Amino acid sequence: MLCKIMMKEKRQILIFALFALIILLVPLFLKGNYFLNVLVFIGINTLLAVALNLLLGYAGQISLGHAAFFGLGAYVSGILTTRFPVDPWLSLLIAAACAATLAFVIGFPILKLKGHYLAMATLGFGIIMYIFFNETVDWTGGPSGLSGIPNLRLGPVIFDNDLNNYYLVWIITLGVMLLSINLSQSRIGRALRAINDSEVAARVMGVNARILKVQIFTVSAFVSAIAGSLYAHTMTFISPTSFGFNFSVELLTMIIIGGLGSIYGSFLGAAILTMLPEFLRVFRDFDIVIYGLMLILITMFMPSGLIGGLEALFKIIAGKIKWSAARNV
Amino acid sequence: MFKVEGITQIFGGLTALEDVSFSVAPRSITGIIGPNGAGKTTLFNIVTGLYTQTKGQVYLGGKNISFFEPEILARLGLVRTFQNVELFGQMSVLENVMVGLHTKSKSGIFSCAFKLPGQIKEEKIVRIKAQQWLEFTGLADSADVAACNLPFGKGRLLEISRAMAVEPQIILMDEPAAGLNSRETAGLAELIRKIQALGTTIILVEHDMELVMDVCESIVVLNLGKKLAHGTPREIQENKAVIAAYLGED
Repeated sequence: MLCKIMMKEKRQILIFALFALIILLVPLFLKGNYFLNVLVFIGINTLLAVALNLLLGYAGQISLGHAAFFGLGAYVSGILTTRFPVDPWLSLLIAAACAATLAFVIGFPILKLKGHYLAMATLGFGIIMYIFFNETVDWTGGPSGLSGIPNLRLGPVIFDNDLNNYYLVWIITLGVMLLSINLSQSRIGRALRAINDSEVAARVMGVNARILKVQIFTVSAFVSAIAGSLYAHTMTFISPTSFGFNFSVELLTMIIIGGLGSIYGSFLGAAILTMLPEFLRVFRDFDIVIYGLMLILITMFMPSGLIGGLEALFKIIAGKIKWSAARNV
Repeated sequence: MFKVEGITQIFGGLTALEDVSFSVAPRSITGIIGPNGAGKTTLFNIVTGLYTQTKGQVYLGGKNISFFEPEILARLGLVRTFQNVELFGQMSVLENVMVGLHTKSKSGIFSCAFKLPGQIKEEKIVRIKAQQWLEFTGLADSADVAACNLPFGKGRLLEISRAMAVEPQIILMDEPAAGLNSRETAGLAELIRKIQALGTTIILVEHDMELVMDVCESIVVLNLGKKLAHGTPREIQENKAVIAAYLGED
């Protein structure tokens, strides 16, 4: 029994190592390619999808306002580095801490709500923040945005080109993915999934659901703000439209398409939804219809997302191979 | 010792429980019976902190635990099982029991995410203990199965294993025999005695009279929200008021 679990753990480490290796080797084949730029965005979106998955996939608490934390991270970082002589790395940390603090404070009242009410509350929060980004023109530049945000730098390396940005974003994203995988296999991960399945039973078993939900909401906001800060420093320009309700829904679509509760699913969903617009240019404004259609089809036919569908497919193929091997003997 | 005193619960205009008091000796098995709508499950929900009673107190080992939250009660050693089996369906059987060991470990988000040495050690202990509880209830073979795929009878056993992992002083079981066949019920009676032998106090709400009369040392009868009788199985069987409540008066 214990031996079996250890094997499972070893396999997981192997899968992650393989995944990380592929991610880190990809740029070698794409030198100077425009596609590298898309991959940077996939990295940032994966980070966001993982953050939202911690909240919705693990703990089962919906957020329709996660773009707000992403935006808060971007703006705090952007304002601190353009209007004050703050080091970009320090501003990244301050941005993440700000978002975490805000999440902690609003988390206590908001996370008491369940289901649709929680969705409405987070939606409201997202909209309030969006108005903030738009209206505090003196700080954020309002609808015309904030430009001239400096790049991050590490010693002689300046993160001002796609290749450097790729490694910057993906090393952080891979790190957060690994930590999230660790978390899911732990005491806290189990408690979160227990809350997701039956909050009453989890509480009766001694899980302090109220505190734990606020904790994971805070962590999720922290990671989202890091993504926001990375976005600001790699783009050097930000405007409110990137942080509106539409993007919150897009994030939600990513993790539902990829697979709720699955870290690799977050990557898959983020990758598909980031690349899709590139292929859907011909459809122009109808891309939202395609998203909707995908969401409907996936929830109908693959309730555990593409990653769940792939796993099932893999099992069927593996079963067929075993079966035909047995027949040949 | 476990004691409820003057529990009254009013829902809107409906009095679900009225001035219910009784006490339970340590390490004993007590049954709570009564016709449907007598207030048995309401009483459980109050005692376990899921409902807030209108009036009345609950004591555990001399400590007043009225109005405590369920998660605090678990830490004090009071757990329950549910009438409609509340399992963590997406998790494996073993993981379900590991959640029961939540209060027996203390790694936080940080040490779990970074897999600090203390957390790894704790995780091993939790896993071994969970395995032992599955052996205790006879579910060890199903450890890897997803809880939602368990047959109903085993689901009930899993709920009990999970609750026992909390190492409670007192366990409240809400209709543990409902939906079980006679062989499973016999196994349940045996398990209840095994739990008592560990030094745990047991209270069960149950409709299966055979089981109640077999395992319980004392029985509380509720009817229409009021305590009708409290005594040994023999006394209850001969109690005129109880017979009238169950069969109707002549």
